[in-house]
Amino acid sequence: MARLTMREAISQALWEEMERDPKVFIMGEEVGVWGGTYAVTKGFYDHFGAERVRDTPISEAAIIGAGIGAALTGLRPVAELMTINFAFSAMDHIVNEAAKMHYMFGGQMVLPLVIRTVGGGGRQLGATHSQTPDAIFAHFPGLVVVAPGTPADAKGLLKAAIRSNDPVMFIEHATLYQTRGEVPEGDYIVPIGKSTVQRPGKDVTIVTYSKMLELSLKAADQLAKEGVEAEIVDLRTLRPLDMDPVIESFKKTNRAVIVEEGWKSYGVGSEISARIYEEAFDYVDAPVKRVAQKEVPLPYNRTLEQSAIPNVEDIIQAVKEVL
Amino acid sequence: MEKQEYLDLYHQMVAIRRMEERAAELYQQGKIGGFLHLYIGQEAVSTGLIAPRTPDDRVITAYRDHGVAYNSGLSAREIMAELLGKATGCSKGKGGSMHMADVKKNFWGGHAIVGAHLPLAAGLALGDLYSKTPGVTICMFGDGATNIGYFHEALNLSKVWNLPVLWVCENNQYGMGTSVERASAVSEIRQKAEGYGIQNAQVDGMNALKVREASAKMLSEIRAGGGPRFLEINTYRFRGHSMGDPERYRKADEVHRYQENDPIGMFRKHIIENGIASEDEIIKLEDAIEEEVRDAVEFAENSPEPAPEELFTNVYVETY
Repeated sequence: MARLTMREAISQALWEEMERDPKVFIMGEEVGVWGGTYAVTKGFYDHFGAERVRDTPISEAAIIGAGIGAALTGLRPVAELMTINFAFSAMDHIVNEAAKMHYMFGGQMVLPLVIRTVGGGGRQLGATHSQTPDAIFAHFPGLVVVAPGTPADAKGLLKAAIRSNDPVMFIEHATLYQTRGEVPEGDYIVPIGKSTVQRPGKDVTIVTYSKMLELSLKAADQLAKEGVEAEIVDLRTLRPLDMDPVIESFKKTNRAVIVEEGWKSYGVGSEISARIYEEAFDYVDAPVKRVAQKEVPLPYNRTLEQSAIPNVEDIIQAVKEVL
Repeated sequence: MEKQEYLDLYHQMVAIRRMEERAAELYQQGKIGGFLHLYIGQEAVSTGLIAPRTPDDRVITAYRDHGVAYNSGLSAREIMAELLGKATGCSKGKGGSMHMADVKKNFWGGHAIVGAHLPLAAGLALGDLYSKTPGVTICMFGDGATNIGYFHEALNLSKVWNLPVLWVCENNQYGMGTSVERASAVSEIRQKAEGYGIQNAQVDGMNALKVREASAKMLSEIRAGGGPRFLEINTYRFRGHSMGDPERYRKADEVHRYQENDPIGMFRKHIIENGIASEDEIIKLEDAIEEEVRDAVEFAENSPEPAPEELFTNVYVETY
């Protein structure tokens, strides 16, 4: 197995899928000549050509709308939104069209569309470019929402997303692109809609995903030094949500901390904790704790911004509160 | 044009008119729920527009879609059944008046968010361009849709990528109750296409033959690789925007003036006066259409409701 960065893993998945299936193509802002704003599609334009690596105008509604239309004709577009903050300009097409069409027309419309996008804060980009609004997209039945936390999952889940016949929001994290990990070579598929245990433990369950997985693993290492073994469940897919590993873990530990980068109110943690109370109430030994972003638009100033985003200390603190 | 084609066009226009009249009654009886946007007065537009298409050509439209569905080859039965929310409807009773489609007939809906289907149309056309298949996408929308951003994003993209799409603005003079003059910077909508360097024309939408001719010309230009075209079709809806529209925004005189030039009445006169068919033949055809629509209503009323488990089907294609 090769040790790849998240960027390389995603790039590899895209490349292999495009080699495998001529129906797969990429469209978005700066995906071609530029090579991708985050350099994920570097070299694609020269290899696959302008027809399959399509630079678009700065027109998010047209990118997603045309992606839907092309998918309806049987193609498998990977439509890229440069950041998830720009998805709001295409919200109507994601929510009112992509998420609804298969159902609303009685099953006759099939949209094998992947919307690749990038979220997350921590890079001093200010309030409009730093959001983690994943929960909003996970609210809509009909959409699949995937957010990998490791290079291997990124590769395997992106391949699964491209092969899926449903519209998939594939949310990457801007500060994970340099993260390295073991990535299986070749046709490696990770099934969509399956949470997984990333670190076994017995004392407390940490439920998390994407960038916060990295922080949770660090927190767990430190806790281990103090004799606390945290079990970490990585959601990987936010919709459809697989609660089985979460509930299974919770029934063993009876304590849970949910860690997400987005805001706490109406967030992923709200959903997970509600489900724990609904599905495993008899196993609750302590109130479920949520670690999330402070309820403010993210500021530019580095110190202020960092104090608004969850950090390793916050997670350790929360775990100690539930023990 | 052969006699049969004249009769086909007349058949389609009259069938749409009769279906819409019956739909209005069924709505008033509470058998149709939600919104109901009637196509009465605008029948010549989609009838003339769609007549010259080949089976490869795709059609996509907004929410005033019953007539367009019929012109695209859907039966009166499945249209009426969808209006009644029945399992036999074209969208299995899950779409309703505004969300009709039949992919097998290359009719791609039926879209209820104003202007949102224009980028989809660009994508359908991209599909044909990418796959080197011969289809042209015919995308219909109202005058109101030309004021929303999607319109501009879609037109721009279609020109940049030279997409095989025919943009059709069905200008019925009002976006709900706001007249074109009050809502659009230019009242001649085709000027907006001019801004994107897209060849365009205007045609009288009360005359099915003129619409058919304009459509055929543009479709062949697009098919020859000429890129997108834009057709503004001027028309008028005789009924309110939807059922229950108090119509405070226009005077009865204005409606009557347009009704005197009823596209169906004028076409009927044209057929008889030019000896294309006799009045007897036309009356026979009209009787057959009455029967077709009566049968469709009966079929719809006798059709089963969707099964309760249909609530949970078609959310996703895959099982996760």
